[in-house]
Amino acid sequence: MKSGYKFAVTLSMLSLLALVMLHSGQTVSAAAEGKITGTVKLEGTPPHQRPIDMSKDPVCVKAHEGNPAHTETVVVGSGGGLANVVIYLSEGLPPAVASQVPSQPVTYDQKGCMYTPHVAAVDVDQHMKITNSDPTTHNIHPLPQPGSGNIGWNKSQPPGAPPIDAVWKTQEVSINVKCNIHPWMHGYMAVVKGPYAVSDDSGSFTVENVPPGSYTVTAWQETYGTQTQKVTVAAGKPGTASFTFKAK
Amino acid sequence: MAEVPSQAVHVHAPPQGFIRKHVFSLDHKVIGKQYYALALAAVFTGMVLSWLMRIHLVWPNSPIPGLGWLAKASAPNGIITPEYYLSLMTMHGTLMVFFVLTNAPFAAFGNYFLPIQIGAEDMAFPRFNMMSFWTTFVAFCVLMSAFFVGDGPPLSGWTAYAPLSAMGGITGPGEQTGQTLWAISIAIFCIASLLGSLNFISTTLDLRTRGMTLMRMPLSTWAWFITSCIALLAFAVLLPACLLLILDRVAGTSFFIPANLVVSDQLQPHSGGSPLLWQHLFWFFGHPEVYIAILPAMGIVSHVLITSMRRPMLSHKVIIYSLMSLGFLSYMVWGHHMFVSGMNPLSSLLFSFPTLVITIPSTILTLIWIGSLYGCKLHITSASLFALGFVSLFVSGGVSGFFLAQPSIDILLHATYFVVGHFHLVMGVAAIFGVFAGTYFWFPKMTGRMMNETLGKVHFWFTFVGAYCIFMPFHYLGFAGNVRRYSSFVDEYLQPLLPVHKFITFAALATGAVQFIFLYNLIYSRFRGQPATDNPWEATSLEWTIPSPPPFDNFGGKLPVVYHDPYQYGVEGSSGDYVMQNSPEQIRTVPEKGIR
Amino acid sequence: MAKLLAVTLVLIAIASAVPIIRHTWVPPQDISTHGALIDEQMADTMVEAGVSFLAAQILLGIFIWKFSGRKPTATIGNFPGGATTLVGAAVILVGLEVLALGVFGQKAWANLYFTPASPNSMPVQVQAGQFAFYFRYPGPDGKFGPIHPDLINEGTQNFFGLDPDHDPDSKDDVVTAELGVPENREIHLLMRAKDVNHSFFVRELRIHQDFVPGLDLSLHFTATKVGKYEIVCSQLCGLGHYNMKAYLEVMSQPDYEKWLKQKATEQ
Repeated sequence: MKSGYKFAVTLSMLSLLALVMLHSGQTVSAAAEGKITGTVKLEGTPPHQRPIDMSKDPVCVKAHEGNPAHTETVVVGSGGGLANVVIYLSEGLPPAVASQVPSQPVTYDQKGCMYTPHVAAVDVDQHMKITNSDPTTHNIHPLPQPGSGNIGWNKSQPPGAPPIDAVWKTQEVSINVKCNIHPWMHGYMAVVKGPYAVSDDSGSFTVENVPPGSYTVTAWQETYGTQTQKVTVAAGKPGTASFTFKAK
Repeated sequence: MAEVPSQAVHVHAPPQGFIRKHVFSLDHKVIGKQYYALALAAVFTGMVLSWLMRIHLVWPNSPIPGLGWLAKASAPNGIITPEYYLSLMTMHGTLMVFFVLTNAPFAAFGNYFLPIQIGAEDMAFPRFNMMSFWTTFVAFCVLMSAFFVGDGPPLSGWTAYAPLSAMGGITGPGEQTGQTLWAISIAIFCIASLLGSLNFISTTLDLRTRGMTLMRMPLSTWAWFITSCIALLAFAVLLPACLLLILDRVAGTSFFIPANLVVSDQLQPHSGGSPLLWQHLFWFFGHPEVYIAILPAMGIVSHVLITSMRRPMLSHKVIIYSLMSLGFLSYMVWGHHMFVSGMNPLSSLLFSFPTLVITIPSTILTLIWIGSLYGCKLHITSASLFALGFVSLFVSGGVSGFFLAQPSIDILLHATYFVVGHFHLVMGVAAIFGVFAGTYFWFPKMTGRMMNETLGKVHFWFTFVGAYCIFMPFHYLGFAGNVRRYSSFVDEYLQPLLPVHKFITFAALATGAVQFIFLYNLIYSRFRGQPATDNPWEATSLEWTIPSPPPFDNFGGKLPVVYHDPYQYGVEGSSGDYVMQNSPEQIRTVPEKGIR
Repeated sequence: MAKLLAVTLVLIAIASAVPIIRHTWVPPQDISTHGALIDEQMADTMVEAGVSFLAAQILLGIFIWKFSGRKPTATIGNFPGGATTLVGAAVILVGLEVLALGVFGQKAWANLYFTPASPNSMPVQVQAGQFAFYFRYPGPDGKFGPIHPDLINEGTQNFFGLDPDHDPDSKDDVVTAELGVPENREIHLLMRAKDVNHSFFVRELRIHQDFVPGLDLSLHFTATKVGKYEIVCSQLCGLGHYNMKAYLEVMSQPDYEKWLKQKATEQ
């Protein structure tokens, strides 16, 4: 009788443990959620950003009256912070986390005949909501690499047209986005898996929803390419990563 | 009337069964009606497309009710995107030029009436004839399927200039599968037309009944015959051109694509081709094609006018020779579509001369039509109204040709609305008036019932005035430099012209709506129209000697014998009467003075 | 009803001619040195076409009016002279017109196309690509650097695919989105198509020329009046065709030099 009781308790404890372990993989409580913060800096003089002549479309010129637009290949804030750098976890993500897709769409707007944001990061299978806030027609032409698994498309969006919904099937860092009507318009869609962030004007970023673990973090900038770092995230202890790109 | 044994290449028994009688029929009359029905479907589709275009041009930001549901991908929220506008324009042009203007005046009426007017039982090759209609039908289906493919119908215009049309989807939406389907459809259409032309030519040369010399054929038959000669050569060039285009698109060849082209920042893997080659091939077909569109209408109009005037044309021979010169000269002028295309400017001057010279036979025809009205006894019917309207429209459309024939003036007018006004007046209105005239004239013969004359006259008045309201202002827009094929007018210099466009759009919608009166008249009269006699217009050519509608073998097994030309009406000094072509009597026994 | 048709024909003919006669439509001003001949040709043609148009429509209307609704016993008449007169009239009248327009008219064309650009004309390159025009000035060295199509990158503003790091001639090239020219100076416009057919059309300059991929075409012109004019694309090139334009800025020589210097700093 005593051995049977011991067995039953052990079995129940084991089952309970198994249950907890199983569930702990799926529902990640906020308290256990980690993050990775950091800054990206540029060392050296950034390349000269050229002013953009939008005269072929007076609507675009009007949107920039008094504040001419410039190319955005390297955007450096005060203190040398490098903006528009995509940060993502290239290695170490458990498959369950990697295939999690945020339900919120990533917005991609056309405003003042420029793409806002200039660089957008999005997960595989996550929806993008592409809008046109200008009183002129744009056409969005994402150009994935041939053979990447993502299929390019080309759609016009007149003012008043509904938002375009886009979804990408495979990881690709990054997809060039053009507007054929306004040739200077250029942006990027970086398709990744798992949590991501894009550095802001001061170069700082925060990657949310990172479960504890060891990761390789990759930073991608359109002119300077990629850099990687190993980062460990523990419960209650966010990871940090700092990147410094060298201006040529 | 003497009896002659049938001279047909073969004799066929009356068709049995619904399929043989009405679907896969060998009877040229059924085939003619099938072509007409196809042209009707194409013209109403093309007209609706033009409505969408006109509405978008003047109200670009307003959703069009129903369009969002019909074309969810291409016009989200019912607002036409720039590429969809151009696709609508491409399909409009392709449908109208190929499936309406080549089908209706030529294939439809020609098939129905050419054998009858020359006294034959059927075409020389009835099986080819059936094949050519059904091949045309397949071409139509392939073209319309372009509306349903992923990236939509092609947007390079009915002219499909390479390399825009040759490089595939990289050049933008509307240039993927839709463009390939377009090229396949047109290639199939070419094959159908070649079969049809062979039939018309063989029939005309070989199956004329006894006494029917070439000069005794009615003017409508002459027009169909000359048109089929033009078509044989023209479509024979378009067919390989389309095949080369298809190869460039799917097989990686570079017939029309040179090296070093960069589209969307991507270097294209082609080299060695010439965009101008496409233009030369296309327009070598394209210019004769517009004469293929107008010549049958000229023949039909001449034929109808003669009956309505109760007298023959001032000179039967002059009309025939003028039609022949038009056909011949039409092959010399294709470069006038390419004055500023980048071809050698000397070539532009060389092409401009025959283009100006082709005015001469056109003027001769117009003057003979107008001059024959002098001293005639004009009867007004729906048919004759449209025939007279044709003459007016041909003058209007032809006169703008004076401007476009000169390269130095083309500098200002090339690719503007002036060109669009010119070709719409001659092709889009005048040629269609020829079809209307033929319809009102021959409907009793084809169906045994009369069309409603009141509705016909209402149809005429609104269409005639409406067409001028639509297309005359196009010329002023062209003088002001309004470039064509723009889906929206955003340039500063175009803003003052917008009110003119609004006027045109209203006129187009109204005139288009009136065409439904014609459609109603056609369908209602087919089933409930007044029964028609064999010769309600008191006309003289052979089609009026047989019952309305004709029996399956036209002449009931007894081929007619002809004794004189088909237009024995009143002549100078007589109060007129009329003598059928198969009657030995004649009104004119003495040749007229001057050119006969 | 025939009489109604006759009246309608004449009214339509007159109504169509009125806007031309009253110059309701105003032709674009001529700022070119070769345009006067073209405008003269246009005016001549308008008179000839207008007279033919009115005469034919009115004659048609008169005959429809006169010879309709006649009694059944009325006799048929022939136009005086019959077909011979009409054929003769067509051949002579139209023949003369053809001669006039064709032979004398070729001068306006020859002026533009058969005379080469003068040796001291100012070369400017224009590249047409979906859906904008870009212009290139050779800079003080007077030479255009080579174009590398594989280096074309619109996102980084390298519209011509230049490689200034390796091609010294490209270093001083100035690329602009507007065509700035000094007034009264002959410009030699070197035309290049990046992708498909386009066309260069400036109404006020009376020039119109297609760009053909693979062909190096050129035009020359002299602008005589300071101002801002629109260069529009007139050859269907894709969805953005309607929005493909650039401005031609004709400036005084000092203003032009200031403009070019400013553009050079923006490279």
